[in-house]
Amino acid sequence: MSGSAAWAVFAIIGAGTLVLRGAMIVLWGRLSAIPPTVERGLRFIPPAVLAALVLPALLVSDGVFTVGPRLVAGTVAIVVAWRTRNVLATIGVGMVVLWIVQALT
Amino acid sequence: MHRPTFLEGVRDLTPILLGVVPFGLIAGIAAVSAGLTPFHGVGMSLIVFAGAAQLAALDLIGNAAPALVVIATALIINTRFVMYSASLAPYFQEASTPQKVAASYLLTDQAYAFSINRFTSRQEPTRVRMSYYLGAALTLWVTWQVSTAAGAFLGAAVPEAWSLDFAIPLVFIALLVPAIRDRADAGAAATAAILAVLLVGLPYNLGLPLAATAGIIAGIAVERVVP
Repeated sequence: MSGSAAWAVFAIIGAGTLVLRGAMIVLWGRLSAIPPTVERGLRFIPPAVLAALVLPALLVSDGVFTVGPRLVAGTVAIVVAWRTRNVLATIGVGMVVLWIVQALT
Repeated sequence: MHRPTFLEGVRDLTPILLGVVPFGLIAGIAAVSAGLTPFHGVGMSLIVFAGAAQLAALDLIGNAAPALVVIATALIINTRFVMYSASLAPYFQEASTPQKVAASYLLTDQAYAFSINRFTSRQEPTRVRMSYYLGAALTLWVTWQVSTAAGAFLGAAVPEAWSLDFAIPLVFIALLVPAIRDRADAGAAATAAILAVLLVGLPYNLGLPLAATAGIIAGIAVERVVP
């Protein structure tokens, strides 16, 4: 993506995000409440999107399934995240395991 | 502005900054890894100010995804703000419109979590509530801007052999694991993850939005079957 195309993409994401953030705070009283079905669906966005980002990053490299250092390091990081709930520890342990496995293979 | 309450907001949010700084550094580095300039990293943080969406968008830009897929993915991730906005709206009803717009721009997972916790446990006038919210939200904003700028300008100097791009999925892991609280969440995550891998060959990185949508539907379905 060119530099100027990226600015345009950022502007659109920024404007759209401001609308999502402001819709209810600014227009409160002028809008009816969110239907319960929609609200239930919204709850699943973080786990669904994040999982869809994570697994391919661990399993696929240049479009090919790869069982390698990234899968090992990612699996360890998932355990660390689950046990500690700590962002810094998850990133730190994940990176160190990746470097170790890369050095050994 | 109610100064002591503003400072309480600042103080409450401060301990979690330790988790925000590495996330911000990575968002800055990711802009440069995606082939953009450090100024794009800084500008994106000012314009978008939403970490997970920024990282997902930069990840897709680095994989040469088309603009529409980048925009759609970032906005899907940010749809959760509608929920926070609806939940906070009654407490900000009497605030001025400029304050409401500022509060909207500054809305984050963290500012929401701290504020709603206080608003539901204490009866306070809107002015005091807004002061607390702005104290918490602005603290996060300043930290985010400084750490993405540091990542964007210093990250360019990091050698590729360090595989620092792997920090992006690690951040997602750190956000994903606490987001799975019950079977329905797990069903949503598992469906989306497996489909995302199976659909990885689709053009324009369309596999990501499709897998995420299927995951959301799976979550709703699991909740119906196993309440």
